[in-house]
Amino acid sequence: MAKGIRDKVAIVGMGCSKFGERWDKEADDLMVEAFEEALADAGIDKNQIDAAWLATAIEDQHVGKSGTPLSVALRLPQIAVTRVENFCASGTEAFRGAVYAVASGAADIALALGVEKLKDTGYGGLPQRSRGVLNSMWWANASAPGNFAQLAAAYRAKHGVSKEDLKRAIAHVSVKSHDNGSRNPKAHLNNKVTMEQVMGAPIIAEPLGLFDCCGVSDGSACAIVTTPEIAQSLGKKDIIAVKALQLSVSNGVEAQHNSWDGSYFATTRVASRKAYQEAGVKNPREEIDLIEVHDCFSVTELVTMEDLHISPEGTAIKDVLDGFYDHDGRIPCQIDGGLKCFGHPIGASGLRMIYEMYLQLQGKAGERQRAKAPRLGLTHNLGGFPHQNVCSISIVGRYGE
Amino acid sequence: MTVGILRYGAYIPMRRLQRKTIVAANSWFNSALKSQGKGERAMANWDEDSVTMAVAAARDCLGEGGRDGIGAVHLASTSLPFADRLNAGIVAGALNLPETTAGHDHSATQRAGLSALSNALAAPLDKPVLVAAAEKRRTKAASPLELSSGDGAAAMLVGEGEAIAELVASATRTVDFVDHYRGDGVPYDYMWEERWIRDEGYNKIVPPTLKELLAKAGVSGADIAHFCMPCTLSKVAASIAKKVGIPEGAVRDNLAAGCGDTGVAHPLVMLAHALEDARPGQLIVVAAFGQGCDALLLRATDAIGRHKPARGVSGWLARRREETNYQKFLSFNEVIEVERGMRSELDKATALSSLYRNRDMLTGFVGGKCTVCGTLQFPRSNVCVNPNCNAFHSQEPQPFADLEGRIMSYTADNLTYSADPPACYGMVQFDAGGRIMIDFTDVAPEEIDVGKKMDMVFRIKDVDPQRGFTRYFWKATAA
Repeated sequence: MAKGIRDKVAIVGMGCSKFGERWDKEADDLMVEAFEEALADAGIDKNQIDAAWLATAIEDQHVGKSGTPLSVALRLPQIAVTRVENFCASGTEAFRGAVYAVASGAADIALALGVEKLKDTGYGGLPQRSRGVLNSMWWANASAPGNFAQLAAAYRAKHGVSKEDLKRAIAHVSVKSHDNGSRNPKAHLNNKVTMEQVMGAPIIAEPLGLFDCCGVSDGSACAIVTTPEIAQSLGKKDIIAVKALQLSVSNGVEAQHNSWDGSYFATTRVASRKAYQEAGVKNPREEIDLIEVHDCFSVTELVTMEDLHISPEGTAIKDVLDGFYDHDGRIPCQIDGGLKCFGHPIGASGLRMIYEMYLQLQGKAGERQRAKAPRLGLTHNLGGFPHQNVCSISIVGRYGE
Repeated sequence: MTVGILRYGAYIPMRRLQRKTIVAANSWFNSALKSQGKGERAMANWDEDSVTMAVAAARDCLGEGGRDGIGAVHLASTSLPFADRLNAGIVAGALNLPETTAGHDHSATQRAGLSALSNALAAPLDKPVLVAAAEKRRTKAASPLELSSGDGAAAMLVGEGEAIAELVASATRTVDFVDHYRGDGVPYDYMWEERWIRDEGYNKIVPPTLKELLAKAGVSGADIAHFCMPCTLSKVAASIAKKVGIPEGAVRDNLAAGCGDTGVAHPLVMLAHALEDARPGQLIVVAAFGQGCDALLLRATDAIGRHKPARGVSGWLARRREETNYQKFLSFNEVIEVERGMRSELDKATALSSLYRNRDMLTGFVGGKCTVCGTLQFPRSNVCVNPNCNAFHSQEPQPFADLEGRIMSYTADNLTYSADPPACYGMVQFDAGGRIMIDFTDVAPEEIDVGKKMDMVFRIKDVDPQRGFTRYFWKATAA
């Protein structure tokens, strides 16, 4: 395996807009909102940025194609700006571009910014859009919740779990995330919910109810990265460094070959194993302090706990119900409220997760700060469907530790 | 070796709309409907039309094999989805028949199906000919036709060989008797008075045709064991039988009570039903009325018991689900304009070049089989999907339509747009290898579970209302 990027790149500034139904804002406004916070945090001048990456997935819904929307919105000094799109992993992909640019020495300081303005569709949920000329002629008429909901059927069949037990476990996932979101002023949703509310909610796609699905919202988040040496020269102490960045992409096996049973994410298992190796993590259940995962749907979060090799296979339901992933548990999951409460402005979500890690690692997370500041945090994105997806994993921690 | 019917089959959609629900909704307006509220009519799903029903009937007729050497496909209907695109060509594609197959559409009269069968029997090619007839008539709400019609199809394979029924004689008449008509571009039929249709139409045009038929064959009406006379007007079939001396007991059930009149398909549907019951040597008369009359006299052979359809009319009639939601019927048939929501607005433009390039995959449900490792996969691709193989350019065409599959994962989706929510779909894994995330049809959410056996059926994928184009693909339904 390659040497990897562990401790080669430092995060010196991050910003995150308020997420929600930002009826009065354009995508440009959200980009500036996140960027101003990151710039002030980094303590640099905008003109010191050498290169930038813009993440946005459904560009026809707001800014359009290419890197120009970011360059124009921030009046960047005619530097390289690359737009990336890789389903729901887009934000982490922008981060990977910026981090790799710094790690390679091609840039001293780089910017990764994700933005999505989804609330101009006129309806709830993700926009209905073409899936490609040929795909549209044969793919099932599936929505995102309908694709992810199928994890439940396959997981139950594999592990012999009753409908009721699974429903209770995934309800706990959502109750926990809403509880966390109530302590986060930047989250879209700040309300707590009860098990009864979650389990009794209208069904969106069997067995997922309304509260098993993350919201749809507008938002932006960004990161400014540089070398640890430059970070030190900027006067930064307790530097937060990137420990690992991995991406795994389906190659059609899950969709077309009968070796996959539908109950887990093959890509997450690959990406997390590689990320632990890159970061030098031997036993994730013992060494990882905090996780932000792609809880687009409650059942996704449940099976992801196993795919990250934290809950042994078949035991995620027990860990979840035991409170292992609650804010006061052994490894809090979605301590900021997750996609469940932030909603999922696609391009922004990956960077929003890293933003929370960045705050928690520095002890700056306010009311929701973990008492004992975490040392190692993991973020996870998943785009596409269980049977064909992209999975990104990042691990961040204190520089040199 | 005689010329005759080699195989036969039918298709009747699963839903049976209860006539009392139609009457309950409409008798405030037309109180005469009150007497017609008995029984049920076959109701096509939103994703069925005359092409998909013809494919289903043809598959019922042919079974899994039985397609080798078919020389022509004749498709008859007055409700074909395309006015200018060979509809029979879609049927041939769905059956994976070779490009050398001839294709013909027959339309414009209720006897088009029997005419096509009659012509095929009269002038057989050197190869067997498939004749399919299907109908899904659009009818106005509160019309008598809405109550008497049903959706359905039938198919017959005709040629030389081990016929299950041989042609004895045929007769025909062409008379421009306009009992009803549907003008170009008009969605609904316009009808004249029933009593006139009965007295001046059926009773004066059909009997002389039948007398000529019997005379040609040198048999008397008393020799007829099965008389298929599609007509839902009361007592017409019995009265015609009497006029030509066919015994009352030979008059076949017109399926009005449990299916309805399937229009162009109905003479073939009734014939298929009769063939299920016919014994060797029995004589069968089938007639069709419509601007004249066609009539065939067939004799069941000793082979009658040897080729049975996969389900047949009685099998399809038994595969039945009561439908009491009249609004759903009106919505499926676009008689009322339902607010379908923004998610239905997605542009469904079809790249015809891509459809053509991928026609065996999309219409024929043909995937690939790796010649190196044997793995079945859909769609066919350049590189084998088996992670232990990954051979390049190794796949040969592999039809999937007749493979047995089982549900691996599923959902019932209330979010995505469907004309009949919830949209049910899931991953279906074929026992022989290969899998597909596929739409389900004709299933109720509570019937679905992991491991359930599923059959593949040819259905409408979606309709592009802006451009009037119907797209087809395959779906999974309970086996």
